[in-house]
Amino acid sequence: MMPDLATRLAQQKHITTPRLETPFHPRIAALSETNDWYTWAGYKAPHSVFDEELEYFAIRSMAALFDISPMVKYRIAGPDAERYLNRLTVRNVAKLAAGRVHYTAWCDDHGHVLDDGTLFQLSADTFRLCCQERHLPWLLDSAIGFDVGIEEETTEIAGVALQGPTSFAVLSKAGFEGIERLKPFQLADFAHDGGTVTISRTGFTGDLGYELFVPAAQALSLWDRLWTAGRLHGIRAIGYAALNRARIEAGFIVSNADFMTAETTLRADRARMPDEIGLDWLVDMEKVNFNGRKAILEARRNQTLKHVLVGLEIEGNIPADGAIVYHRRKQEAGLVTAAIWSPLAKRNIAIASLARPYGTRLTEDFWVEIYAMRELQYQKMMKRARIVPRPFIKLDRRAANPPGLF
Amino acid sequence: MKKYDVVMIGGGHNGLVAACYLQRAGLDVLVLEKNDWVGGAATSRELTPGFLYSNCSYVCSLFRPEIMRDLELPKHGLQVIAYEGGAVFTRDGDYIASYRDHDSHRREFARYSKRDAEAYDRYARDVTRQCRFIQPLLMRTAPDPFSFKPRDISELLYLGKKFGEFSPHDMAQTLRFWTMSISDFLDEYFETDVIKAYLALSGIIGTALGPMSPGTAYVLLHHYMGEVDGSVGAWGYARGGMGAVTQALASSFKASGGTIRTGADIAKVMTRSGRATGVILADGEEVRGNLVVSNADVKRTFLKLVEEDALPETFVHRVKHFKMRGSSGKLNIALDSLPEFPALPKGSSCIRGDLHFTDSMERMERAYDDWKAGRYSADPFVDMVIPTTLDPTMAPPGKHFMSCFVQYCPPQLTGRDWTDADRDAFADTVVSQIADYSPGFRDRILHMEVRTPREIEAEVGLTEGNIFQGELTFDQLLFNRPVPGYAQYRTPVPGLYLCGSSTHPGGGVMGAPGRNAAAEILRDLKMKPAEMSPAHDVI
Repeated sequence: MMPDLATRLAQQKHITTPRLETPFHPRIAALSETNDWYTWAGYKAPHSVFDEELEYFAIRSMAALFDISPMVKYRIAGPDAERYLNRLTVRNVAKLAAGRVHYTAWCDDHGHVLDDGTLFQLSADTFRLCCQERHLPWLLDSAIGFDVGIEEETTEIAGVALQGPTSFAVLSKAGFEGIERLKPFQLADFAHDGGTVTISRTGFTGDLGYELFVPAAQALSLWDRLWTAGRLHGIRAIGYAALNRARIEAGFIVSNADFMTAETTLRADRARMPDEIGLDWLVDMEKVNFNGRKAILEARRNQTLKHVLVGLEIEGNIPADGAIVYHRRKQEAGLVTAAIWSPLAKRNIAIASLARPYGTRLTEDFWVEIYAMRELQYQKMMKRARIVPRPFIKLDRRAANPPGLF
Repeated sequence: MKKYDVVMIGGGHNGLVAACYLQRAGLDVLVLEKNDWVGGAATSRELTPGFLYSNCSYVCSLFRPEIMRDLELPKHGLQVIAYEGGAVFTRDGDYIASYRDHDSHRREFARYSKRDAEAYDRYARDVTRQCRFIQPLLMRTAPDPFSFKPRDISELLYLGKKFGEFSPHDMAQTLRFWTMSISDFLDEYFETDVIKAYLALSGIIGTALGPMSPGTAYVLLHHYMGEVDGSVGAWGYARGGMGAVTQALASSFKASGGTIRTGADIAKVMTRSGRATGVILADGEEVRGNLVVSNADVKRTFLKLVEEDALPETFVHRVKHFKMRGSSGKLNIALDSLPEFPALPKGSSCIRGDLHFTDSMERMERAYDDWKAGRYSADPFVDMVIPTTLDPTMAPPGKHFMSCFVQYCPPQLTGRDWTDADRDAFADTVVSQIADYSPGFRDRILHMEVRTPREIEAEVGLTEGNIFQGELTFDQLLFNRPVPGYAQYRTPVPGLYLCGSSTHPGGGVMGAPGRNAAAEILRDLKMKPAEMSPAHDVI
């Protein structure tokens, strides 16, 4: 149904804020020393807040607050919600339970990944799906025949990630009683400011950490509560540059950075199946029916999968982002999609997409061609690269129970 | 008496493009133009002091940048300024706008439907995929599928290879796209009527079809495959009006030694032993040329300028039945001040873009129903722009030029010719429509030029006033444009070529037909162009 005239007229003023500010924006803007913003899904988001390198260390040593409000959020609720999501996504939602979260992906009819994201089961028949891209037409069209409602709630719900070794201490100090019982991938509701905050033990850093979701109106009071509690635990606000370093160390992929989502590709050969971007482990072939199942099954059976996503460890210390990967120094084998020097692993690491059989049958003798611009001159280097498992780092504190109180 | 290497019939943009390439290749080219000015349907005319009217075509996107570069048009004064989006006003006092900024565009659509807002990306992706397929074909001669010449076979293979880059799903989509109605196509993406009406407008402009007629989806594509400086699908204003395009071409042509004669109306193409040898002007003067190239449309060229007995019967039959039906009119208005549209918030960028009033598919189709019955639309579809919001050269400071493209407007009114009274009544329906949304609009009008198909045909020479020199439906595209077997700019008369929009790839101020025709002529002469860039890569 088209909204009535009054509602539409009220929304005309969106043109006065072509970049939306998130509910946390006033606090982040006040903390920002670098004034270094970028646009994330239409929102003004910090690339850095005070120093991207120091912000990274806040994630790894103390506690870092990262605003995830621009994540696209859909509320999926109704008697058929579980059945619907099982049909939509590749992972088995029946194995999820109320109060749990899982990472998942969903595909088009050709088995090409439309997006990846996290699925929060808020109650028996209510879920929240968080992702990078927008999928409302796809989600609605997929719902035909299911008793389920789908609402886009990106602006209504504010989200913030609290990540790092002292994150548990911060939440305890903030008075979220029972937070110590949350195990990885569990979520629970807690009282906040006359309402509820949903806290899950999840994150994008590979570290101990939590994600908190509140109605937008309670965002600032939540921020203040965390900030006050975190004062003695080294809490800092961070931007995407620091988070990106942590996520590469954790081996996580980002849609439309490490792979192209099927609905945004203009070139037919750019779409990827789950098995081509390291998500084969999500696909539950026990499920009788989910979108893309037949195509994925056939590709596996006929061995027509064309790509594979791998972790690389590259000699030296020059990050290789965007570099071409070669086999035996000569044959082009793929592309590095993300790369950093890992402060935690003390290694030069990268995520790369290789054309099979490179990375599957042929797993040795890879080289990466790095062009490093130094004072207006390219330093060209051919560096040896080794395929290594992801994540590149593994932190015991991430999954410790109860979490460490630093 | 001087004999030219090439005599060009008509100084429209395609004629001038072809003339430029041929002159630069070393030929001696004469352009003959019946009006006292060149430009054809790309002109800027000072019809009232201080105001320049883009009085036919009014916006620029399709003109190929490769041609601008080859012919040094920037050096000769051509500048194209991109503009932002536009809007359609709704009858309930709201509007829906489009914006260059992706997120603003989505938020604007979300005012009407969250679903449609998110569906737009899928729509844009699918249309862009089709544009990427078509774009490289614009600057190539269409292959003749019935010829066994190596070049035709290799061009067919190229077409096949391009097609083969699609997934099977996209191949099916392409065939559907080229044959569907824009209404059916948009139904597959959107639920909101006003959004569909807004997007459908590119599917009917210049076409004697309604949004529910099959074939209109391709017409939309034709309007999307242009660019402004690499921004595909963007539209802009030629600084100084659309005449700036043809003035730059004329200047480039003359700089390379070409000759233009205006006021030279052509009566006939001269032939000797079946071969074109020049033209005879209306006053009886003979102008001789080794080759004759016609920028006029295929009907005007072969049904008026060439003796029918010089032509094969089937060819004449095909030309007679080439669909080239007048469907649009034009109001060019000098305004005392910028009109106000109370529905638009202060500071809205829409006023600098294209504005419309047709807010439903049904209204658009009903407007076409009037055309079918031989009437101009009582509730017309208007594509309105005010280029002076971005171009200070077309009107005195504070004053404005407004261009209103109006559809539908038949070449004849229920079987009789237009009268001046009809024309004025037609103009009034348009002005009334604008005034409904812009109080005091009539009082701002200083001068107005009204053009029905009658005026367009009389002045520009376009048969029935059809702006594309033939409709852009799949039956009249590629190797079927204008006539099967004669789609490579050559004609049944040796020494006579076509270079106008009746030929591949069709209408709009694109220049590609003129450029491609020049390439074929030079090939026949075993000559090489001085500089003719291939189509820019689509990577």
